[in-house]
Amino acid sequence: MATRRISSLLSRSFSASSAFFVSQGRKSGRGRSIHRFSTAAVLEEPITPPVQINYTQLLINGQFVDAASGKTFPTFDPRTGEEIAQIAEGEAEDVNRAVSAARKAFDEGPWPKMTPYERSRILLRFADLVEKHSNELAALETWNNGKPYEQAAKSELPLFVRLFHYYAGWADKIHGLTVPADGPYHVQTLHEPIGVAGQIIPWNFPLVMFAWKVGPALACGNTIVLKTAEQTPLTALYVAKLFHEAGLPPGVLNIVSGFGPTAGASLASHMDVDKLAFTGSTDTGKIVLELAAKSNLKPVTLELGGKSPFIVCEDADIDKAVELAHFALFFNQGQCCCAGSRTFVHERIYDEFLEKSKARAMKRIVGDPFKKGVEQGPQIDSEQFEKVLRYIRAGRESSATLECGGDRLGSKGYYIQPTVFSNVQDDMLIAKDEIFGPVQSILKYKDLDEVIHRANATRYGLAAGVFTKNVNTANTLSRALRVGTVWVNCFDVFDAGIPFGGYKMSGIGREKGIYSLNNYLQVKAVVTPLKNPAWL
Amino acid sequence: MARRISSLLSRSFTSSSAALRPKGRSAGVGRGICKYSTAAAIEEPINPSVKVHYNQLLINGQFVDAASGKTFPTLDPRTGDVITHVAEGEAEDINRAVSAARKAFDDGPWPKMTAYERSRIMLRFADLLEKHNDEIAALETWDNGKPYEQSAKIEVPMLTRLFRYYAGWADKIHGLTIPVDGSLHVQTLHEPIGVAGQIIPWNFPLLMFGWKVGPALACGNTVVLKTAEQTPLSALYVSKLFHEAGLPPGVLNVVSGFGPTAGAALASHMEVDKLAFTGSTDTGKVILQLAAKSNLKPVTLELGGKSPFIVCEDADVDKAVEMAHFALFFNQGQCCCAGSRTFVHERVYDEFLEKAKARAVERVVGDPFKEGIEQGPQVDSDQFEKILGYIRSGIEGGATLEAGGERFGAKGYYIKPTVFSNVQDDMLIAKEEIFGPVQSILKFKDLDEVIRRSNASRYGLAAGVFTHNIDTANTLTRALRVGSVWINCFDVFDAAIPFGGYKMSGHGREKGIYSLSNYLQVKAVVTPLKNPAWL
Repeated sequence: MATRRISSLLSRSFSASSAFFVSQGRKSGRGRSIHRFSTAAVLEEPITPPVQINYTQLLINGQFVDAASGKTFPTFDPRTGEEIAQIAEGEAEDVNRAVSAARKAFDEGPWPKMTPYERSRILLRFADLVEKHSNELAALETWNNGKPYEQAAKSELPLFVRLFHYYAGWADKIHGLTVPADGPYHVQTLHEPIGVAGQIIPWNFPLVMFAWKVGPALACGNTIVLKTAEQTPLTALYVAKLFHEAGLPPGVLNIVSGFGPTAGASLASHMDVDKLAFTGSTDTGKIVLELAAKSNLKPVTLELGGKSPFIVCEDADIDKAVELAHFALFFNQGQCCCAGSRTFVHERIYDEFLEKSKARAMKRIVGDPFKKGVEQGPQIDSEQFEKVLRYIRAGRESSATLECGGDRLGSKGYYIQPTVFSNVQDDMLIAKDEIFGPVQSILKYKDLDEVIHRANATRYGLAAGVFTKNVNTANTLSRALRVGTVWVNCFDVFDAGIPFGGYKMSGIGREKGIYSLNNYLQVKAVVTPLKNPAWL
Repeated sequence: MARRISSLLSRSFTSSSAALRPKGRSAGVGRGICKYSTAAAIEEPINPSVKVHYNQLLINGQFVDAASGKTFPTLDPRTGDVITHVAEGEAEDINRAVSAARKAFDDGPWPKMTAYERSRIMLRFADLLEKHNDEIAALETWDNGKPYEQSAKIEVPMLTRLFRYYAGWADKIHGLTIPVDGSLHVQTLHEPIGVAGQIIPWNFPLLMFGWKVGPALACGNTVVLKTAEQTPLSALYVSKLFHEAGLPPGVLNVVSGFGPTAGAALASHMEVDKLAFTGSTDTGKVILQLAAKSNLKPVTLELGGKSPFIVCEDADVDKAVEMAHFALFFNQGQCCCAGSRTFVHERVYDEFLEKAKARAVERVVGDPFKEGIEQGPQVDSDQFEKILGYIRSGIEGGATLEAGGERFGAKGYYIKPTVFSNVQDDMLIAKEEIFGPVQSILKFKDLDEVIRRSNASRYGLAAGVFTHNIDTANTLTRALRVGSVWINCFDVFDAAIPFGGYKMSGHGREKGIYSLSNYLQVKAVVTPLKNPAWL
């Protein structure tokens, strides 16, 4: 299987296109004035996506159905802000229906009763079907989310397929233990599915997040009610349809499109949901956990925000560090929870790094994500777009130096110019809050102890990038940084086998890898006296 | 040497001489005279062979008064009399304790120490526990009311065993190296989380100390422990020994105090990285909300239960009676995993009931310091009143009171071993955690029915299964949605066996290899592999 890593994007060289754009940077006193962005694609008419929308209803008990209320909500094309389709809007009653279906599929089977091998076969057939429909799915993902089609088609869809192959392999390898005790007892543990898993996924990687959540839950024998983000409901419905074609029994995977305060909250507080997994903001994560605590104490996995440091050491190859730091922040329009959003650069190389980072950002190709060679599409929606612009204003007002970008791009849709701030101080809002947009903040540091201290001085602890050739520096930083992932001389490597998750307020638990299975398993200890121990 | 709690079973306690007529209001059933040993309760309480030396807070290796200067009394459950006044920790004391723990974690030496050095300190601590076994046991019995024999021969040795177990883990916390799809070198580090806040209950003060502190320290965390206000004494004593064993200051801080003040401050503290709580489900929900509202510290919860004890039709009735009796009455019924719904197959029900009643009537209740005593007083007046309230509700709910049903003696918090028959699933006594010496016996017809009824509870902590049939054992083992299934045994608490709840009985597992992940963060470290010569 030709699975490609997201970071393989790095190795491609995008050529800057022809059009120029004069930046509106108000710090013109610095004398850096003319910035280049590719606006060609933005100015042209949007390319028509090569895909039809076939599924807009809720998927409950294997059937596409309307919302109980009959309500729908529009989903938009971020390139234009225009409506793509009307989607059935799930609310509490629909979540109840979905949970009942999932409950029945769990309590009465066949899913947990099926042999793990049979479950594994269904997951594998599903992966094959997704591979077959990869291009349509990538087009749908790009249409709904705004991410470059090349990224969707060449990185994310293959990664999705890879994840289901990975979890299919786990289904028949969920082992319990036999446990040594101090006397004549035979002790074993069973690792059992928890039950009905409620899963709430975000809009930044709709399909990849689907796989991180659904893959381990189904491999372990649970059933699911999945709430997608209201911004990006389309691809989950499409792949869930394929899943049923692959032989998934009705009720095992139910998809409810809808909003957080209605559908999301009723899933989080549902008394018949045995487990909850949420990816999104830290503030919402706190609410979700409270709802779980107030209702039935369902265990909760949280994958939340970040303000990840990217540390460029003084021995770094500057050109490579610039490219990697640029990728770490700007990838996916900056809409990554693990974005390297604090670029710490050693003072000896700071000036050169800054010049080159600015130049790289200005060369970034922004435009219609369906156009070949485009690196950056629009932000997801007007809310995010406005929020990112507000942070840019906050950066300017707080006396960080705007090196490039700083404004919207074009007059339609949610495009934002790749933006770089220098002279960023730790106490500025742009150095503390998660911006979730194409805004790079560059900070200067002097020595390792200082950068460790500053890198850790945040409520978040999701990830970190470290750029150095020195194995001692790499080891020191790897140990010292209180984060769930340290990428040394790389970033955003998302192999299925690598656990991902946060220290501190970036979350609870790990997704992917062997660690993700615990989230969906209960441990049962079984003890019986050993009456006639012949030997052991 | 550590003995298993269930080894209690093998002892035969002789019932003593005094007789007592039960006040059971279901006198229509016609079962009249029940025997209880009242001798010990009537006599003057035996003087505990131990002095109380430590009644302050233990912060940063020093015994100190509460910032407010406040104290609270801790009582002898045999009499309700004051044993001593204990420093009452509140928010400011929690702040001080967390600062000390933070410093011991962030600046060392605890997590920086080699794992072997940590292991050695824990082993030395275990040796000191063993040396002071009897004093510690006496203190535990004095403050809690549990039989001294149980403290001295089972619980303190088990505490020692737990620390030797966790000492062995300290230098065996491995991360993984991870296969990936390309030329990358990937590894995981399993790191301590940081400052662990731990809140323990009063029913097994020392064992809960062992379950919480053992894995936290083995993994390199530092700890702020809040003890139950009913039983602050033994934790202070053993923590002093821990420092004698070489524990650096600040690594283990002990704050005596109350839930709404000290407990809440710990649960909502922004500098506490992890919380572990054992107690009631309702309090557990509050704790989790406080953690969610503050800094999202991960929380392990070990909460209530209403565990079924299922006696199948092929069971040896005498053995089943004894085991079911033990499963419920052990520790005055104050066990979260108490077998508090005794489901008995209809074919053996009548015989089982007669014998279960007879066994309860023979149970030796009295001063826990007296040899041969099986049951001491309940821990305090709150619990005592609550249990009597449940007994009234059982009587009023139409269950048949077979034995007991009221307080025992006129002083302290003793309750007669109480048995209800004809208990229905919808009665309060069949649904709620009573946490006292009240056995509810329910009748069942077939396996599917008992599975459904056993699982029809918000709890899922444990279950007992009594059968000779391997197919029945296997079916029940799989079908019961609980964290522990004891087949033909109960309350086997080996250090290596994970313990914890399904459903609203909790989150996570304590003891065994599973307990380590509660106190570890996982860090993935990824680097490109530039010149892969072979792999």
